[in-house]
Amino acid sequence: MTISLTPETQQPISLQPQGWLRYLSFSTDHKVIGLQYLICGFIFYLIGGALAGAIRTELLTPISDFLPRETYNEVLTLHGTVMIFLWIVPVVNGGFGNYLIPFYVGARDMAFPRLNAVAFWLIPPAGLLLISSYFIASAAQSGWTAYPPLSLSTPATGQIIWILSVLLLGGSSIFGGINFIATILKLRRPGLKLMQLPMYCWAMLGTSILVVLSTPVLAGTLVLLSFDIIAHTGFFNPSLGGNAVVYQHLFWFYSHPAVYIMVLPAFGLVSEILPVHSRKPLFGYTTMVYSIMGIVFLGLIVWAHHMFTSGTPPWMRLFFTIATSFIAVPTGIKFFNWLATLWGGRIALNTAMLFSCGFIVNFVFGGITGVALAQVPFDIHVHDTYFVVGHFHYIVYGGTVFVIFASIYHWYPKVTGRLLNEPLGKLHFLLTFVGFNLCFAPQHWLGLNGMPRRVAEYDPQFTLVNQLSSAGALLMALSTLPFLVNVVLSAFRGDIAGDNPWRALTPEWLTTSPPPVENWKGEAPLVHEPYGYGVAPEEVPLAATTGSELWRLGDPDRRP
Amino acid sequence: MTTLSTSSPSVSEQQHEAHADHRMFGLATFLVADGMTFAGFFAAYLTFRAVNPLPSGSSYELELVLPTINTLLLLASSFTFHRAGSAMKRDNRPLARRWLLVTAAFGFAFLAGQMKEYFTLPFGLTDNLFASTFYAITGFHGLHVTLGGLMILIVWWQSRSGGRVSSHNLFPLEAAELYWHFVDGIWVVLYGILYLL
Repeated sequence: MTISLTPETQQPISLQPQGWLRYLSFSTDHKVIGLQYLICGFIFYLIGGALAGAIRTELLTPISDFLPRETYNEVLTLHGTVMIFLWIVPVVNGGFGNYLIPFYVGARDMAFPRLNAVAFWLIPPAGLLLISSYFIASAAQSGWTAYPPLSLSTPATGQIIWILSVLLLGGSSIFGGINFIATILKLRRPGLKLMQLPMYCWAMLGTSILVVLSTPVLAGTLVLLSFDIIAHTGFFNPSLGGNAVVYQHLFWFYSHPAVYIMVLPAFGLVSEILPVHSRKPLFGYTTMVYSIMGIVFLGLIVWAHHMFTSGTPPWMRLFFTIATSFIAVPTGIKFFNWLATLWGGRIALNTAMLFSCGFIVNFVFGGITGVALAQVPFDIHVHDTYFVVGHFHYIVYGGTVFVIFASIYHWYPKVTGRLLNEPLGKLHFLLTFVGFNLCFAPQHWLGLNGMPRRVAEYDPQFTLVNQLSSAGALLMALSTLPFLVNVVLSAFRGDIAGDNPWRALTPEWLTTSPPPVENWKGEAPLVHEPYGYGVAPEEVPLAATTGSELWRLGDPDRRP
Repeated sequence: MTTLSTSSPSVSEQQHEAHADHRMFGLATFLVADGMTFAGFFAAYLTFRAVNPLPSGSSYELELVLPTINTLLLLASSFTFHRAGSAMKRDNRPLARRWLLVTAAFGFAFLAGQMKEYFTLPFGLTDNLFASTFYAITGFHGLHVTLGGLMILIVWWQSRSGGRVSSHNLFPLEAAELYWHFVDGIWVVLYGILYLL
């Protein structure tokens, strides 16, 4: 690989603020916006984590003693909303998407840079609005699902602020999705084919299709819900002739795809990290692409599996059980592709790799409980119990958040030019992995034995297991400390990384670290084979092969 | 494998300036999203109709003459907007501006008709489930027509002699036109589902 850079032909002229101030400005640089999303999201992660800590503290004892019951409901609602809409969705889409997608398609920015900045700057006000509702009146108390009639009978002010905040965040998400679709489909460097893009592009394309198709339905539904609260219409109010189940259908038409909006980008990111640190081409590129698109399609037609106890007719249960079980097929393909990517590779067990492997372990467990939950008889037994809480957190924390951390360890040298400290990173991983499993694995047992979720009080026989779970939560809280110390100290004192510390082949590494304002000094590189690891370039014409051919040709003994 | 070399300065210019097509693409993607909001409303309405019978004695009769005239007005306005666009492409600015005004007039006449219907209907927003759904959907559509009408007036102003819209910069006009056709198409579906079904 030859990289010939002609130095400083022309400095890009910038009218934007420079230095750290640009991170507080209406910057249109996709890298600045990506970091804005990441840092803003991480602040909300700390807030959401503190709320989770309050929940687990309350659940140390079977009686309601730490928090008043109403406050418990508010904390629970805020925890779900903050974590989903202000941490995971913005970070895993907006954060990494904005930073990486223009590199991957060989562009200098997103298709609509100003819209991009608008999409980010909707988030902090929406978040502040949501948090402030706790201090102004009382926050929403009906959970992140806001099911009527519960959301119609809890205090109205908090619920309305909650709706406003979610509408703003939904708008931000839609603007982001439009931008990603246009960037990936329209802004590719000439000569770069869709099937040559790094996998994260495909994941973001699929995610953005889901965002554009499903988020507006949630927005419309929440507007109707706000009419029910403010104008006393009866859309979802049975006592006024309305139908509460219609709300559930419309809500889950967004919120089931929302799970894929949270987890598909993580699939993409982990598909970037595994090949680099195991020095192997990504196994089964084509099947990965088709399984992402399969998940997008199936993800849109499985929503009613959340509603098996809502009086759904038998044919509907049958259809949604079958469709949901089908999702295991494309997801399983991806799972085995990751294993095959690792198989026989030269695995570097650094923190990024450890978090990625942790993701695979946790995610397959969450996937198995997911298939179990798709079966109506089992679902009716554990519906609205801690089994569902355990399953959900295995997907969203064990899956997506593990990948977010893996990605931070992987791309930190790109962003700062310095490496994160490995021993601290391994301590972070150990605390997170042990804490996470200690916190959420016992919740499956609690749910199977009948402990309902979202209630501050429980049967005293569950005390010990709840205390175990809370101990896990404490470990997870502690795990943030080495991470924060690491991220802050390494920015100033970390080892100098060089431009490409992982010897990676994807386009974001083929420039300086940190990258210049318009990503490359000179023309963008044309990368036809982003996963050409493990084969000496002179043996195989890399530009003419696909990942699977490289896999077959690759001789394990000659891998660099 | 990969070679980086310096290029002509035009690369960055190309990628930052030549976005007209992408803007139309972005707008079309947004309209798909907007259409999904309506799809959600229609799905809710049809489900309510199928499973929630109205209590006896509630009024839900709609008259058909005014909405049919309104439908024809909107369809005609799509046609006149198209005429404005093609006149502008041929550089016939005065004709294009005239057709734009006619289109806006049709749009605001539609809104006036809608207001008249609202004031003459025998039911209010909270009377029953049908009434609430009817006002929510037609109101949301009316909001779109209002925005579209304002957009047409802005494009009309921008296409004055020396304004930014001309045969060399058709984007504002084409964007408003695509949006207007979309709003028109939604109305046709709405008319079919709410009035005829």
